[in-house]
Amino acid sequence: MSKARSAPLRTALIHLALIAYTIVALFPVFLTLVNSFKSRNAIFREPMALPTPSTFSLVGYETVLQQGDFLGYFQNSLIVTVASIALVLLFGAMAAFALSEYRFRGNTLLGLYLALGIMIPIRLGTVAILQGMVAAGLVNTLTSLILVYTAQGLPLAIFILSEFMRTVSDDLKNAGRIDGLSEYSIFFRLVLPLVRPAMATVAVFTMIPIWNDLWFPLILAPGESTKTVTLGAQMFIGQFVTNWNAVLSALSLAILPVMVLYVIFSRQLIRGITSGAVK
Amino acid sequence: MGSLELKSIRKAFGTHEVLKGIDLDVRDGEFVIFVGPSGCGKSTLLRVIAGLEDATSGSVRIDGAEVINTPPAKRGIAMVFQSYALYPHLNVKDNMGLGLKQAGTERAEIDARVGKASTMLSLDPYLARRPAELSGGQRQRVAIGRAIVREPKLFLFDEPLSNLDAALRVQTRLEIAGLHRRLKATMIYVTHDQVEAMTLADKIVVLNGGAIEQIGSPMELYNKPANTFVAGFIGSPQMNFIAAEKLGPSEAKTIGIRPEHIALARESGDWKGKVIHVEHLGADTIVYLETEMTGLLTVRLFGEHRYAPDDVVYATPDKASLHRFDTNGRAIA
Repeated sequence: MSKARSAPLRTALIHLALIAYTIVALFPVFLTLVNSFKSRNAIFREPMALPTPSTFSLVGYETVLQQGDFLGYFQNSLIVTVASIALVLLFGAMAAFALSEYRFRGNTLLGLYLALGIMIPIRLGTVAILQGMVAAGLVNTLTSLILVYTAQGLPLAIFILSEFMRTVSDDLKNAGRIDGLSEYSIFFRLVLPLVRPAMATVAVFTMIPIWNDLWFPLILAPGESTKTVTLGAQMFIGQFVTNWNAVLSALSLAILPVMVLYVIFSRQLIRGITSGAVK
Repeated sequence: MGSLELKSIRKAFGTHEVLKGIDLDVRDGEFVIFVGPSGCGKSTLLRVIAGLEDATSGSVRIDGAEVINTPPAKRGIAMVFQSYALYPHLNVKDNMGLGLKQAGTERAEIDARVGKASTMLSLDPYLARRPAELSGGQRQRVAIGRAIVREPKLFLFDEPLSNLDAALRVQTRLEIAGLHRRLKATMIYVTHDQVEAMTLADKIVVLNGGAIEQIGSPMELYNKPANTFVAGFIGSPQMNFIAAEKLGPSEAKTIGIRPEHIALARESGDWKGKVIHVEHLGADTIVYLETEMTGLLTVRLFGEHRYAPDDVVYATPDKASLHRFDTNGRAIA
């Protein structure tokens, strides 16, 4: 930063605020991780303490890996999340391209209609969705979750992506048309690579609520074979007794896959090949 | 190969009419330039010719064949864009060859044509580079190369020099002129820069408000502008327009006189005036006068002249170079 713009006091205040926010944001994660490695008594006696040789215990992880089919739950969560993200990105990008590229009657109205979905929570329609899934025979399938999550993620994806697609140079698309590329090639080969950072943003925003969701797995797919991680962790929470070791361990494990996905997407955010396309 | 015929082309966006019936004939090998102020419809007209915009009505014929329902890739055209519009993920060679590859041309043929074009534009050392690794001038040459490789019936240029700096613009202008001489291809070129229009064109089409004001060679437009719009648009500094009644009874409404057709003297002349401002350009001196007879007057003198603001001078127009326009702004022959 240039000297002219950096007042020491201001910099200090900014850092203070950011550090405070970081602590607030990371504290639950820290607490979960630390306590997942402690024995039950140690968790209650001193929740804030780091595990010591005397309190260290892997009993939570052992319970999680022995009871129930946690590997299966992980697999379910991953399948649902990855499939939903893929569908949201594909359909979202295609709809955004159509809305931003083509002039047709009702274009603006359609865009507004799709944007409505950002403001109205999909959970309001839970009963109708459940009835629909029952009628379609999709209850207790991963497909039902993927369908619901795709619908849930589309409005925001279309909104963000259509804004970005408007910024892609018309000349580039027209050059493609003159060189004989089909509209699909223009979309997949010219436009999509240029909006990759926006796609990564959308992927991250779509992924987190899906991975963490408890509502729809509980309602649409509570069966043993279709349980997701968040739902699976609930079996350690009872009305009277809660196996905190197991809950904390399950949650700690659940952080890992989503972190991996995040790292993959955030790399796309940084890497951009847009420079040199135009101008 | 390479004639173009436009018949009453109209284009409207909703109720807003952008092109109001354009008729134009371009002969094989001609270099035609569309020029006009921004919003005059020149780029839209080029896009209609390319097939990137659908005309609301009218007919476009390339080499005698109606192409109004033909997609851009099948019209036998190539286009160079203002923003270059190179494919960012392809290297120079693939950028130039993509059109042929899409058309199913054989690999050897593509390589031969790309090689020829890149030699012509001295792009050989850069064939393996991506657009991001090229300078602005090089990128524009790649864009031109991409057009050449297609061996089109019609070259379309959409303000290709606007993004280049002044020195590079002159150089690229020369290259395009050289290219036209060598390829003897039909070229249609859109610009708002009248210098580009005057220096490159065989034929200039002056557009204004979606209609053609005049078609002619650069010197025809300069010497015989059809109306006040063309007279004011072609030539820099702009032509002086004087209300005719100030100069005595006349059938004309407006008298036009170009700044370079007025002589200045300190002792005597037709119009007495006071110098307001002087621009010294080295080869030229531009003097702005306020005269009693005509109001504000721009005078272009060749070479260096020592006039200063508030000097009293006399301006004398070259009577043979006066342009006379009627009440509708049309030239009186």
